[in-house]
This record gives sequence, C-alpha cells and structure tokens, in this order.
Amino acid sequence: MNYEPSTMNHPMNRLNTLFNTKKDNLLSIYYTAGYPQLDATLDIAEALEKAGADFLEIGFPYSDPVADGPTIQHSSEKALENGMTLHLLFEQLANLRKRVSIPVLLMGYVNPIIQYGVENFCKKAAEVGVDGIIVPDLPIYEYESLYAKYFKANGLSNIFLVTPQTTEDRIRKIDRLSNSFIYLLSSSSITGGNLNVSANIEDYYKRIKAMNLNNPAIIGFGISNNESFTKACEYARGAIVGSAFVKLLGTENYLEKIPAFIKSIKK
Amino acid sequence: MNYGVNEQGYYGDFGGAYIPEMLYPNVEELRSEYLKIINDDDFKEEFNQLLKDYVGRPSPLYHAKRYSEKYGANIFFKREDLNHTGSHKINNAVGQILLAKRLGKKRIIAETGAGQHGVATATVCALMGIECVVYMGEVDMARQAPNVSRMQMLGATVVPAKSGSKTLKDATNEALRDWIANPVDTHYIIGSVVGPYPYPDMVARFQSVISLETKKQLLEHTGKELPEYVMACVGGGSNAMGMFYHFLEDESVKLVAVEAAGKGVNSGHSAATTFLGREGVLHGSRTILMQTEDGQVVEPYSISAGLDYPGIGPQHAWLYKIRRAEYVSITDNEALQAGLLCSQLEGIIPAIETAHALAYLEKMKFNPTDNVVICISGRGDKDLDTYIKYFEY
Ligand SMILES: Cc1ncc(COP(=O)(O)O)c(C=O)c1O
Repeated sequence: MNYEPSTMNHPMNRLNTLFNTKKDNLLSIYYTAGYPQLDATLDIAEALEKAGADFLEIGFPYSDPVADGPTIQHSSEKALENGMTLHLLFEQLANLRKRVSIPVLLMGYVNPIIQYGVENFCKKAAEVGVDGIIVPDLPIYEYESLYAKYFKANGLSNIFLVTPQTTEDRIRKIDRLSNSFIYLLSSSSITGGNLNVSANIEDYYKRIKAMNLNNPAIIGFGISNNESFTKACEYARGAIVGSAFVKLLGTENYLEKIPAFIKSIKK
Repeated sequence: MNYGVNEQGYYGDFGGAYIPEMLYPNVEELRSEYLKIINDDDFKEEFNQLLKDYVGRPSPLYHAKRYSEKYGANIFFKREDLNHTGSHKINNAVGQILLAKRLGKKRIIAETGAGQHGVATATVCALMGIECVVYMGEVDMARQAPNVSRMQMLGATVVPAKSGSKTLKDATNEALRDWIANPVDTHYIIGSVVGPYPYPDMVARFQSVISLETKKQLLEHTGKELPEYVMACVGGGSNAMGMFYHFLEDESVKLVAVEAAGKGVNSGHSAATTFLGREGVLHGSRTILMQTEDGQVVEPYSISAGLDYPGIGPQHAWLYKIRRAEYVSITDNEALQAGLLCSQLEGIIPAIETAHALAYLEKMKFNPTDNVVICISGRGDKDLDTYIKYFEY
C-alpha cells in the first residue's frame, strides 16, 4: 500500500494527518447519533477517543436505511423516535472540537442531506470540525456533477465504497476522486454480517493491495472482534467496527464499557 | 417535448440511480444490457408470444355503455383485469423474467404491496422453473391474504417485511437488501416504474403495450386513434405509465393520474404523493416523495395496498412538474363506492386500486362527444374482504 497521502488540490485535514503519522491497525468506530439517548453523541465520541479509537463515524439516522442490517436499522429507528435530526446533530456537534481531537466523519443517506441543502450541509459540517462524509447512496455520477464542488469548497473528504464486485477501472476512478481513504467492504452485504474470509475474498484484498492505490484502504462491514479486526489489518491500514459497537450501546452503563470494548478489539 | 429518459437516466430533474456501491454492478449490468436485449428480435418474439398465448393479450377495449350514459361521454375500459393473474402487473413480470433468463440469473426476488405483482412474479417464475422470493409487508400480508396463498401455491417463498410501516416501501427495502447480499445470481423484478435507472424506463416499456393496443382498438371503435382523456390510478405508476406511454407526445390527449387520498389529503392518513410530497430521493431515484422536513420518509396510508406508497416513479414526477399530466386524488370512501357502482352498472368488480381511477369520473366534466379511456388495472377478487366489510354484506 502506498503510504503517501493524496493531497490533490485539497488542504490536509485531520484524516490525512492521521494516515501520515500512524501507519497500521487504525480502528474506526461507527455509531448512530441519537441512540440510545438523544444527547449522548459527544459523550460517546469523547469516551471512544479516550479508549483509543483512531477516528469516528457518526451516523445520522434515516427512515429507510437500505444498506443496513437489523442492528443499525434498529438504532436509526430509535434515534428518530428520540427526535434526532440533522439540525439537532449540528447543534450537538457545535462543541465537537472542544472535546474530541481525532478525525470525525458523518455517515448517512442522501435524502436528509438534500432536504438540509447540500451546500448548507457541507458548510455546517466543516464549521463544526467534521473531516469527511460517507453517503452510501450517493453514486459517483451524482457526486461529481452536483456535490463535489461543495465538498471541495469546504475541505471535506468524500469516502467511496468498494466491494468485491467493483471493477478495476472503477476502483481507479474512485481512487482519483478520493483524498483520504477508500472504504473497502469485506463482502457485498448490508451492515452487521460476519467477516467473510474465503479464498475469493483474500484474492480481492490482494488484488486491491497490488493496485498500489494513492489512498489507503480501510475495511468495514462485518468487523466485530479482535479476530476480524486483526485479519482485516493484514490487508488494509485499519478497519471499522459498526454494528458490534451499536449493540454495546443498547446495554446498560454503555459509557463505562467503552474502554474494555476498544481494548477487546485492539488487544 | 421529449418525455423519455436521457442517457444518464433522468427525466428532467428526476430519476438517476442513487444506489449504494453494492448494487452498482447489478444495476450497471442491467443498464448496459436492457435495451440490447429487449430490442432483440428473438426477445420480442418470445415476449409477444407469451403476452398473446399466456397472458391473453390483447386485452379488450370495452365500450362501457351504462357508464357512458351515466357520465355523459364515451367511456372505454381497457381491461387489464382480464389478463392472466388479474392485473397489468403480469406484462412487466413476463418481460423481466425473459430478461433475467438472458442475463443468466438463477434466482428472482420481488416486492409486493397488494400481492398482484408478487403473484405475477411467482407465476412467471413457475413458468420458467426459477426460484422466487417475494417480500411483502406484514400489514399487507394480512389484508391481502388470498394473494399470499396464491404465491405460495405457485411455489414462491413469501417473506414478511417487519420494519417501518410494514407495507410496500418496507418490502422494497427488504428486497434491495436481499439484492445487495446476492449480487451475482439474482435478478430483482421491481413491480412498478420506480427504483434506480433503468427500472423506470424498462418497466414503462414493458407496460407500454397497454397504450399501443388502445390506439388500435380506439381506431376500430371510434374511427380515431386519439381519445380526449386517458385516466389511470397511480401507486408507483406502472399501469398509468403503460396507459399514457404512446399518448405522451399527442398533446391533445389529456392525461389524468389518480392518487390515493386515504382518509383525506389533509387527514394525516394519505398516500397522495403529489399533494403531500416534495422532491428528494426514494428507492434509488430522485422523485417526489412524502417526507418530513428532515428528509425522513413519511409512512403513507391508503385502504388500497397497491397505492399505499410514499412516492411515485420519476417519470410521473416530471410529467407532474411540467404539467403534461394532471394528478388528482380520491379517498378510501369514494373509491369503495366507485367499486360498488362499477360492479352493479357494468358487472365488473374492480381492484380497489382501479376503483380510485373510476371514482374520479364523478369529478370530471365531459362533452358528450368526448372519448375517455380508463385503465381497469386489475380485478377485485383479492379485495372482496375489504369491500364486504365496508358495505357490511
Ligand atoms: C390492480 C392494481 N392497480 C394498480 C396498482 C398500482 O401500481 P402501479 O401504480 O404501479 O400501477 C396495483 C399495485 O399493486 C394493482 O394491483
């Protein structure tokens, strides 16, 4: 893997700094804002940083999350019932950079962003100190033609997904459009499955590694424990844990359990 | 004016393919192959043969005399209810199964609301000997129970969708999730002109046989190809798009699309998308959908499971925006009354979906010489329970 950051015509943000300074075994945690309590967003972020997470993905909930399995569907439903909205999330994140210094991405579906206003969304995200955005249902064509200018103007990285079925041409194109990391799916699946390590998948990781992409790869979907995390880190710079952490949030005294959870993954 | 889709999959501001990367290879395969396949002579021959011998096409264009008398115009029923399986949905299912076969797919998935699309899909899968899984909202499984049994008898597996409102939109979400997990061997037969490009265009093409036949049949009946009005109900909009398709460029023909107002447009229990919706993204396309200010999809309501959907297809959103078609709405009560009227004046028990289109005749002002075609999208057998409960027979 090429460790040089791709700065393209963007300034360095916290993500690039992270990938420049820390080479391996990066751990990112996903959680849904507004779950299990409406106002826990920053408490969870702070606890995760203290416990040793390297960067964060904060999900904003959507009513129809087609790329998500039951765990994240449930957290999204609860978060919406609790009253989470993009407006409220940005209010909560106003103090983000007073309490959290690791890179933070926002992750969610495109319709809430369209209703908020794409330009406003990008401005607001940059203003509160967000570093990147992951929108699974925003395809390349629409991103390039309608969205990229706002992302760029606000110094936000857009993160694209790659699956075992993504063709080499398309991966190259995604690499050109990316400027922090590429989100490698462990298989074609919704969130919350198990890490798939068949021979096919090993070939896929090796194929990606051999492509010498400009952007580092981070593996997500199906990473739930030390075993799957370690396996993923053999092939990529790090991995993302989502559903397994969201499940923890569904238990009592979850804030106190965060250090042990992170330790159990990183060992 | 061009009402069709452009190369990027857009109708004006609407359409496109807002799909996660996991679905990209599937949708891209369809996009690059669908026109080649459906314009192929061999495909056309097999499709037309099946429509004729298996579906029973052409469906009759029936001059409804007692309706004509009542409403003071020449009213014609385009009898999609007489198709095999009882609705227009079979036209699309036949087209897509032939396409899936040519793409080498081994497994079919579908979503269904009223169960008509599920039944049509289960039927063509039985015909071709292909495995079939149908997702259906738990609420819809209860209110359209006979169709659940039909699908099962045809050999399909019916999987209840238990998330959200447990109706059509949630069944669609579950089907999309299945497709993500089974990207290589599975084809998703979407049942309406919704979803990512190329679905809206592909489904419209398969349904366009409705208006193609209507033009010829009208010429025989009236000496003219063009009527004054063409009317249809709209859930996602496939029977309406099939009914409008070959009239779109005949600007003299007024197109009327009837949505479900549920308990009333402003009752909080409605599925009247163009009245209550705003532009956004639903199920992979930019369209008009019912949503909160924050962009969360609103759970719709209609007594008719087939119209209980918070969006409309992107081509409808465009026809609405540029006012090529008029979008109106009808309540549950109005529709049920119209269903009873049609049964007793014409001896045709229509699907409750169709009854919405029929009910709008009450609100139209016709000249006696006007020719009016209404799409009878399906028959009411599946709805007998609902009708009976309402009229308390
Ligand atoms: C008889 C009938 N008409 C209409 C519809 C609505 O679908 P569309 O708007 O795609 O025609 C359905 C859907 O299930 C149906 O069964």
